[in-house]
Amino acid sequence: MKVGLFIPCYVNTIYPEVGVASYKLLTSLGVEVDYPIDQTCCGQPMANAGFEDKAIPLAKHFEEIFDKYDYVVAPSASCAAFVKENYPRLLEKEDHLCQTSGKIHDICEFIHDVLKIDRLPSRFPHKVSVHNSCHGVRELHLSSASELNIPRYSKIKDLLSLVDGIEIFEPQNVDECCGFGGMFSIEETAVSVCMGQDKLKNHIATGAEFITGADSSCLMHMQGVVNREKLPIKFIHVVQILAAGL
Amino acid sequence: MSTKHSEAASRFIANKEQETWHNETLWFVREKRDRMAMGIPEWEKLRELSSQIKMHTVSHLDKYVEQFASNAEANGVIVHWAKDAQEHNEIVCKILKDKEAKKLVKSKSMLTEECHLNDYLIERGIDVVESDLGERILQLKNEPPSHIVLPAIHLKRQQVGELFEEKLHTEEGNSDPTYLTRAARQHLRNEFLTADAGMTGCNFGVAETGDVVVCTNEGNADMGTSLPKVHIVSMGIEKIIPNHKSLAVYTRLLARSATGQPVTSYTSHFRKPRKGCEMHIVLVDNGRTDILGDKDHIQTLKCIRCGACMNTCPVYRRSGGYSYTYFIPGPIGINLGMLKSEDKYSDNVSACSLCYSCNNVCPAKIDLVDQIYRWRQDLDSIGKADPMKKMMSSGLNMLFLRPKLYRTALKFAPIVNNMPRFMLYNGLNEWGKGRELPTFAKESFTSMWKKGKVQNKK
Repeated sequence: MKVGLFIPCYVNTIYPEVGVASYKLLTSLGVEVDYPIDQTCCGQPMANAGFEDKAIPLAKHFEEIFDKYDYVVAPSASCAAFVKENYPRLLEKEDHLCQTSGKIHDICEFIHDVLKIDRLPSRFPHKVSVHNSCHGVRELHLSSASELNIPRYSKIKDLLSLVDGIEIFEPQNVDECCGFGGMFSIEETAVSVCMGQDKLKNHIATGAEFITGADSSCLMHMQGVVNREKLPIKFIHVVQILAAGL
Repeated sequence: MSTKHSEAASRFIANKEQETWHNETLWFVREKRDRMAMGIPEWEKLRELSSQIKMHTVSHLDKYVEQFASNAEANGVIVHWAKDAQEHNEIVCKILKDKEAKKLVKSKSMLTEECHLNDYLIERGIDVVESDLGERILQLKNEPPSHIVLPAIHLKRQQVGELFEEKLHTEEGNSDPTYLTRAARQHLRNEFLTADAGMTGCNFGVAETGDVVVCTNEGNADMGTSLPKVHIVSMGIEKIIPNHKSLAVYTRLLARSATGQPVTSYTSHFRKPRKGCEMHIVLVDNGRTDILGDKDHIQTLKCIRCGACMNTCPVYRRSGGYSYTYFIPGPIGINLGMLKSEDKYSDNVSACSLCYSCNNVCPAKIDLVDQIYRWRQDLDSIGKADPMKKMMSSGLNMLFLRPKLYRTALKFAPIVNNMPRFMLYNGLNEWGKGRELPTFAKESFTSMWKKGKVQNKK
């Protein structure tokens, strides 16, 4: 099984340690991982802002780079969801039948659903509050959305519970948006920041030391608020916890 | 980078106490809705069924509208057809003038808001009285509704107390909800007794019988139609459903989704005029048939106006109904506004973080977020795209399409970390209003990979 690792643009430059943890975790689980060096961005920032056409050449580029792998794995639920949900339609405009849409997985989803692991050697003796990101929950179905009357589950909590010493919490309003939303965060600044503050209040109220999630973009937005307001909570991506001690 | 919505939202949030209270009040309604939804094992099946019934009905709307109208006429109801708001208002006014009606008592109707009926009638000498408590409060305040089901949700009881003191001469400083409701009730009782005509909206029009079904909690629609001799129903053609069997699906979904009640206190079925009285139905198009041909937005016609999308919307809850420029706010309002006029109402399209929660609560499974996403794609072609966003998107695109340039940019990004604060945090930096910028890593993942640093960490 050959996996192409997709490290989204902002993870590449702001959170490279998340990429490193992804690589370590996947290889430790016996997966052959390659990182195609010419990768850039999936195109979601432009598309969500209303410039979907600008994402088409990026989709083509992405497709060329990642087509040769059995799976494409990314430590970012939102980027994975964008490729999965939108690439087929975007590439259809170019008369191209999209391949990567069926191959891409968020890393938590990949480990949970494809590798189906039931043990991990990691240890993380801390209290964490799980951040259920909108696109992770409502597009990739990483957990049961709070609005739906379906059996309750959480792939992220399943994985975290394999880690030794961890205490897992979830905030009130368990999957309410944190207010990032790509360019929403700078077009609707007041609402975006307000949503971030409210989300943080709920995370902090759990008594957790860390907020963890599958989307670094949500964490980046909330970290911006935490750093401005000097709030008492830290951030860590789920893969960093799963890879702790490797 | 801003829109009329984001500016109004910013003003709303500046009053933190009001914003918090508004947010929490509507979240409370969302939670009530959740409890109801979780109590019904077949909830998701019901939503799917509801979606399919509505899609079927709007796909055969010509047939069902005709069936509805001919059954209503067979029941002795006078049916009128209005192609737009103007015709609707003219028809209603003519019915009233023919009957020499001086006073019209109304129950809640968003369609009459859409048509600006009240102003039209008042200008022509007719006394119009809203009888839904929330609507009455707003009429006394001369304000429009800020929510389609909970029209006065932006007001606190103290504000209502002060208003009633002035208008209904209630006790000074008394804002006890029971006291205020009783005062409104007494005042409205007199209006009901002296009205010449009653008007209701319509939640569902049943094609197989011609019935009009109106759901209220206050019984005001029943008072307004039981006393005066004329009953006028104002309804959009998309309110029609095939039969009573399908009605049962909607009466199970509506109140649960809207207010978290198992059912509204009153679900009234009107089939024919009372003895010696008249019943009129005004069937209104006002742009609805245009939507029928629009595959990207046809699903808006499935809406049953429950307001659940507003209650769950994290943006609506924190910005209030008045921050939107269309009279219907929230996710459904963003879409309906754009369908009414892309030119006039494009400022609301920013009011969405694409969180998808509204899609999940909608009892008709309207693809609300997907539609908002699609409207955003149209903004550039109608000249309404934000120039800054466009520039940023083009800039990013230029970078992302050139992997070598992208890698160079990755290398130089950390320079930003050490730039003086005044250069980073100024009027141009929207992110910096309320948030610190992220810190760029000393070395990007790509650079580490190229140097073999990632692989060596095995």
